[in-house]
Amino acid sequence: MSELSVKHLLGIKYITEADIHLIFETADHFKEVINRSIKKVPSLRDITIANLFFENSTRTRLSFELAEKRLSADVINFSASSSSVKKGETLIDTVNNILSMKVDMVVMRHPNPGAGVFLSKHINASIVNAGDGAHEHPTQALLDCYSIRERLGDVAGKNVVIVGDILHSRVALSNIFALQKLGANVKVCGPKTLLPKFIGSLGVDVETDMKKALQWCDVANMLRVQNERMDINYFPTTREYTQQFGLNKAMLDSLDKEIVVMHPGPINRGVEITSDVADSKQAIILDQVQNGVAIRMAVMYLLASKINKNEN
Amino acid sequence: MSQKVLLNAKEVQIALHRLACQLIENHDTFNNTVLIGIQPRGVFFAERIKTLLETEYKVKNIELGYLDITFYRDDFRRSDKTLEANKTKINFIVEDKNVILIDDVLYTGRSIRAALTAIQSFGRPLEIELLTFIDRRFSRHLPIQPDYRGRQVDSINDEKVRVCWEENDGKDVVYLINN
Repeated sequence: MSELSVKHLLGIKYITEADIHLIFETADHFKEVINRSIKKVPSLRDITIANLFFENSTRTRLSFELAEKRLSADVINFSASSSSVKKGETLIDTVNNILSMKVDMVVMRHPNPGAGVFLSKHINASIVNAGDGAHEHPTQALLDCYSIRERLGDVAGKNVVIVGDILHSRVALSNIFALQKLGANVKVCGPKTLLPKFIGSLGVDVETDMKKALQWCDVANMLRVQNERMDINYFPTTREYTQQFGLNKAMLDSLDKEIVVMHPGPINRGVEITSDVADSKQAIILDQVQNGVAIRMAVMYLLASKINKNEN
Repeated sequence: MSQKVLLNAKEVQIALHRLACQLIENHDTFNNTVLIGIQPRGVFFAERIKTLLETEYKVKNIELGYLDITFYRDDFRRSDKTLEANKTKINFIVEDKNVILIDDVLYTGRSIRAALTAIQSFGRPLEIELLTFIDRRFSRHLPIQPDYRGRQVDSINDEKVRVCWEENDGKDVVYLINN
């Protein structure tokens, strides 16, 4: 098995366990590449990639752009705030205009769930979903699982708790799919108002007691409270949220084992996680960021190898 | 499919000893020379040369690295078979060193072209030489020639040369395979 089963990376839901392992193995090689003195390989020198960000992003966008440049791809950037989208152009028109400039791959972030899937039915290029609303963020889940594998040796059999705003989080959903495909046990923990109603159907357990959840887990993935997506009040005050679901040093020290702490960023220091935890040895937050570049290089390399050269 | 033995175990041994002597002639104590085996099959040959130099010729502290050239190949998206990467392991500095690239078979020269680009990512070597066990002459696509060769072979494009090493394939032997 040395080829992905898909032409696009639209979500973890659509790929197989073997795909995930292939991406990890390829990322191992790219991780070695990005630690060289010249961190660049010429593999994708005849590929053009468009980064279409219809929603704000800093680290994902930088990470993708860096990964593309490390693979020697040509890169064009597009952000909705400075584009014709504001003038009323449709998504397909915008993308087709960009594709007519001979673009081979599209990395897209979009506020609407399913935007990537919709686009994949109408255009020819490979699509990498960089986050679609509250649906999926596959590369984040891949880099999270890759970081767990790096720290703990394997993902299978590990207990992982995802804490916080599950309702608005595409990171949570993609992580649940990826962790389950790799054989981990997954629990979610958060205020009941921030847990989606369908959570039971995903086969994950719900824990509302943070202390119990931490006692159970090997890895705690702390999510950010997405205030920008909250149209109503889901909890009384930030202070109350922090008291119940925030992770602090005293809590970590009270556990009888050393758990791994993750956060997809950006961190709200003092809300879901305190500074001393975020900067502690147990936190692998910056490893996640570094692994993100290797994972995205692997994804784009593997997808690019499926682009038929005759179609260009 | 038929196969012919090009070199048997004894002939392989003789060729290896000759190559080791040639390397010592040019590199003496190897204090500024490093060996780089090209993945996947060049590393067996490189390991063998290193062991021979150390045990039979008492050369000490030879540095050997593995170089994977997958991401530098010129047939990405052009060949039907998918390219699979191998591990690169170079735990030393190549800057200002004499580098000896090592591969088992030199055919079109395209792998070596990729290796020359790849090695630059680790620094600027003083000099790069090429050591191949089998040199399939008259089949080059690029102006690349080995500095040291075990045996020169005339073969046509339908034929394949396979170098087997005892530690990996059970015995030392070189086959010419006719499809």
